[in-house]
Amino acid sequence: MIDTLLMYLSHSFVRYAFIVGVLIALCASLLGVILVLKRFSYIGDGLSHVAFGAMAVAAVVGLTDEMILTLPVTILSAVILLWSGQNAKIKGDAAIAMISVGALAVGYLLMNMFPTSSNVSGDVCTTLFGSFSILTLTGAEVILCAFLSVTVVVLFILFYNRIFSVTFDESFARAVGTKVNAFNLLIAVIIAVIIVTAMNLVGSLLVSALVIFPALSAMRVFKSFLSVTICSAILSVVCTLAGMVVSILYSTPVGSTIVAVDILFFAVFSLAGKILKK
Amino acid sequence: MAILSCKNLTLGYENTVLVRDLSFDVKRGEYLCIVGENGAGKSTLMKTILKLRAPMSGSVIYEDGLDSTGIGYLPQQTVVQKDFPASVYEVVLSGCQSRLGKRFFYNKEDKELALSNMRRLGIEELSGRCYRELSGGQQQRVLLARALCATETMILLDEPVSGLDPKVTLEMYELIAKLNHEGITVIMISHDIVSAVRYASHILHLGSGFFYGTTEDYLKSDEGKIYMPGGDEK
Repeated sequence: MIDTLLMYLSHSFVRYAFIVGVLIALCASLLGVILVLKRFSYIGDGLSHVAFGAMAVAAVVGLTDEMILTLPVTILSAVILLWSGQNAKIKGDAAIAMISVGALAVGYLLMNMFPTSSNVSGDVCTTLFGSFSILTLTGAEVILCAFLSVTVVVLFILFYNRIFSVTFDESFARAVGTKVNAFNLLIAVIIAVIIVTAMNLVGSLLVSALVIFPALSAMRVFKSFLSVTICSAILSVVCTLAGMVVSILYSTPVGSTIVAVDILFFAVFSLAGKILKK
Repeated sequence: MAILSCKNLTLGYENTVLVRDLSFDVKRGEYLCIVGENGAGKSTLMKTILKLRAPMSGSVIYEDGLDSTGIGYLPQQTVVQKDFPASVYEVVLSGCQSRLGKRFFYNKEDKELALSNMRRLGIEELSGRCYRELSGGQQQRVLLARALCATETMILLDEPVSGLDPKVTLEMYELIAKLNHEGITVIMISHDIVSAVRYASHILHLGSGFFYGTTEDYLKSDEGKIYMPGGDEK
């Protein structure tokens, strides 16, 4: 078993995949804590559908690097959704449902009308549920992914105290002069970046699982913001690594395997939380 | 000397005017209670004082080195906070966020300030506890400690006793009175007119019109007589 793993790891593209996987898992979990606490879990879900639609358009138009289109479109949608979510007059949940399902339908429609390969359903399935496409990453894509992830982590650490304040109590933060809108905007942009990068790993339908599961698991057991954040980050990286190893050894789909490990750990942490309370 | 003067304020939103031509001053060390019915403009006035929204006309002026961001604000609790995993220390320390300025992290003085305010309100032994597991009264003390980290001059409390039981309510009022005796100016929004009259030095009653004056004058006024039958509760 270990031999098989070592054999795989001797290939540079497998190592790339692991590096990217760890980085993505790390950022997704950091932001997951904020999304869950701000009650924005569904936004991640909606955005991943938007990213799927944008990706389909990029494929149809014939862009070689789909990120050029996917990233800006997703960032724009994130900004719009977060803004509308704060404005009580517009029903935020309805807007998200509308945009996400709409993007999904249009994306699938376009991929069928202008097929770029002979196996359309295969392509769609890959985009939705992830595949071993993470193993076909080029060096440039790995560098881009690494750059985006490191930026996210650095921003998160630098603004950690302010992000905490804005998440815990917006009214207080606003009153003492913290630029709440700017931070919400920053959070929205970071979410979009993570969704787009993480789609490579687990596919667009499963991205939100990667974002919210580690945070929810950590919140079962830990009681301070710092410990929840750290636990969530470690858990996410561990689950992703475990999921990738299992998927290589048993040739299971990588995205759903990672999410299955996440679910398993959530169950363990829930149980641990119940036991610790007694 | 007034540290906060509101001059000829007209408050409202879109086409609805809630309060017209409201003027009052708050001097150092005073205890002002803002009372009135729901929808009379109490929250709107509070947001205007905090400069979170602009008045339809009139002005809010800070003097003597105070600024709207230098007010310790105690907002009403939100749904988000009910299951938020944060330790008491983390919450209190976040009161120092306006002191960060261009820094990214809290320094030793910020941390000292948070600790001293926790001692001041008798919650230092709760430091490592999880905020969501505290009782309502303890949570309010934590938020009050956070507010004190943001100010040395004035606290603004938005219905600080809502949802607390009578005993804890009394403790909270006594605590606020103690802070006021220590020299902190207090502005409180309240539904509880009886307690407002007992503790406050000045009353602002918002209704169809408004009353502003000392508590003694309030008890003699028409508004005061309606809500305080007997008028000699104090």
